[in-house]
Amino acid sequence: MYESPIRRPLITGKTSYAKITDDIVTPIEAAPTKWWYLGFGVSVAALGLWLLTVGYLLFTGVGVWGLNKTVDWGWDITNFVWWVGIGHAGTLISAVLLLFRQKWRTAVNRSAEAMTIFAVICAGTYPLLHAGRPWVIYWVFPLPNTYGSLWANFNSPLLWDVFAISTYLTVSLVFWYVGLIPDFATIRDRAEGLRKKIYGLLSFGWNGSAKAWQRFESVSLILAGLATPLVLSVHTIVSMDFATSVIPGWHTTIFPPYFVAGAVFSGFAMVLTLLIIMRKVMRLEAYITINHIDVMNKIILVTGSIVGSAYITEFFIAWYSAVPYEQYAFINRAFGPYWWAYWAMMTCNVITPQLFWSQKLRRNLAAVFIISIFVNIGMWFERFVIIVTSLHRDYLPSSWAMYSPTWVEIGMFIGSLGLFFTLFFLFAKFAPVIAIAEVKSIVKTSAEEHIKKAAEKEGMDLKEVNPQIA
Amino acid sequence: MSQHKYIIGTFLDEEPLLAAVKEVRATGTPIHECYTPFPVHGLDEALGYKRSRLPRAAFMFGVLGFSAGLSMQAWMLGFDWPMNIGGKPALAWPDFVPVTFELTVLITALGMVGTYLVASGFVPGNEPKFPDPDVTSHKFCIAIPSNTADYDKIASVLQGHGATVEEKEVEL
Repeated sequence: MYESPIRRPLITGKTSYAKITDDIVTPIEAAPTKWWYLGFGVSVAALGLWLLTVGYLLFTGVGVWGLNKTVDWGWDITNFVWWVGIGHAGTLISAVLLLFRQKWRTAVNRSAEAMTIFAVICAGTYPLLHAGRPWVIYWVFPLPNTYGSLWANFNSPLLWDVFAISTYLTVSLVFWYVGLIPDFATIRDRAEGLRKKIYGLLSFGWNGSAKAWQRFESVSLILAGLATPLVLSVHTIVSMDFATSVIPGWHTTIFPPYFVAGAVFSGFAMVLTLLIIMRKVMRLEAYITINHIDVMNKIILVTGSIVGSAYITEFFIAWYSAVPYEQYAFINRAFGPYWWAYWAMMTCNVITPQLFWSQKLRRNLAAVFIISIFVNIGMWFERFVIIVTSLHRDYLPSSWAMYSPTWVEIGMFIGSLGLFFTLFFLFAKFAPVIAIAEVKSIVKTSAEEHIKKAAEKEGMDLKEVNPQIA
Repeated sequence: MSQHKYIIGTFLDEEPLLAAVKEVRATGTPIHECYTPFPVHGLDEALGYKRSRLPRAAFMFGVLGFSAGLSMQAWMLGFDWPMNIGGKPALAWPDFVPVTFELTVLITALGMVGTYLVASGFVPGNEPKFPDPDVTSHKFCIAIPSNTADYDKIASVLQGHGATVEEKEVEL
């Protein structure tokens, strides 16, 4: 196999297959650190707030939210779309980048996919509760029923969403688990006693045979091929919840690509927020290198620029359409009573990602962390702006209204962050956060050590061809 | 299943294993299987394995998901309970595209992964069958059935590529 001496390394320092196993499995075998207990404790406390607010909501009714007759979608749908968007990076990394044979994917795909699954779970709670009676949520599925088999309405984008989100969750979970089986086997084969039993059960008797790997690769490739259009379909369908309505500000054909780009944008921001902390706390700097962060920042720059162009296009089309209602919706967004939300969105989503044109900033951890938080906030405001500013001044001025969340909605949002982080902390403790087998498969081409050897073999001066290593 | 006697060659890197597999195959000695911590490219071809038929299974599940999804919606809204929505056609097939797509993907993914696990014998509770538990971490093993192999000849081939060789009774 040809090894290029000019590539930037994806695994730094000394490497061996045994060392990779050790580095990734040891944190699972050791007792959790103080940092883990601290983070987990805070998350569980927030999860408690979620249980409290959701319990209050269920006993009292949706009236405890700040919604009114005019603004009937508020923080619930904002948070739903925000969480679904965050759930886009994981599958993009594991599926699209697999098809493009991007090797840096191997270090980040596992945790990004975990993040996807947990984010989609958080997203799912919102429509579930928004529907009002979660105990009869099975009514959304086309089941024979006692009302003369009145089936679900397949003409409705809201029903498409039910299928899109549940398929996305299921397929992501399956994709994630297929990759976890060999790694659970690695943990099993080092363990004793109860741990061996549990990971033995989880790893399904995986034995690493050549035939099993051949099938594994075939399944991964097809799952990637399926998940790629799936990930694009999910936010497309979410956007149709809005685009197929006749509300000015929602009724636009730009929504599907604009929502998908925004989703990838916010998903990568959340991946960076998590990974910058995780690599430090779990000492994974050798595997999640600054080069990984650099390439993810480039994706943020690209998708952020698409989102920025979409905002401008939207505004232009509103003017060009010559529809007074459409024009008013956009003027009202930027200069109406919710101007602050609009400009928060514009600042965080259009201006901050442009900072990533600078390589210095792309490779500065503190800067990346802060920018990633800004993007998360900006994308939350995007959904708030789209939903609330479009609704609050409708066609009939006598029904114009304002909307602000109650403590229940705020508590549920903080609580859903708690749900997300609780799941993520459990994952980080009990599962391999880096795809062990996949990282091993790129050692020969992308580890610092082997790049050095390749340069020696070709008689190249490392300082000249690859100054980063030298 | 019962245990058999195998010659087990253990390597610490993938290239010598690949070279050894090719040389053993050249001698005409049948190889039972190889065990590696990660997918080694070219190993399945070196062992003479045919391409996996899983893509075909996936395609069949895809056809099933597509036709089941589309016909379910068409039957429910078009025939079993047609609704008059402003006089528009009940069999509005463009509206059925998203759910048909999602169900195609869902059934393909679940069907293919189910087939993969069952065909490989990976079911919760199964015990792994391998010559050495370190093959899931850093060792690369080749297993050659003893009854069809000349021990001395095979051992010298494997050792020539840097393997440690032993003969043992294992269930593979």
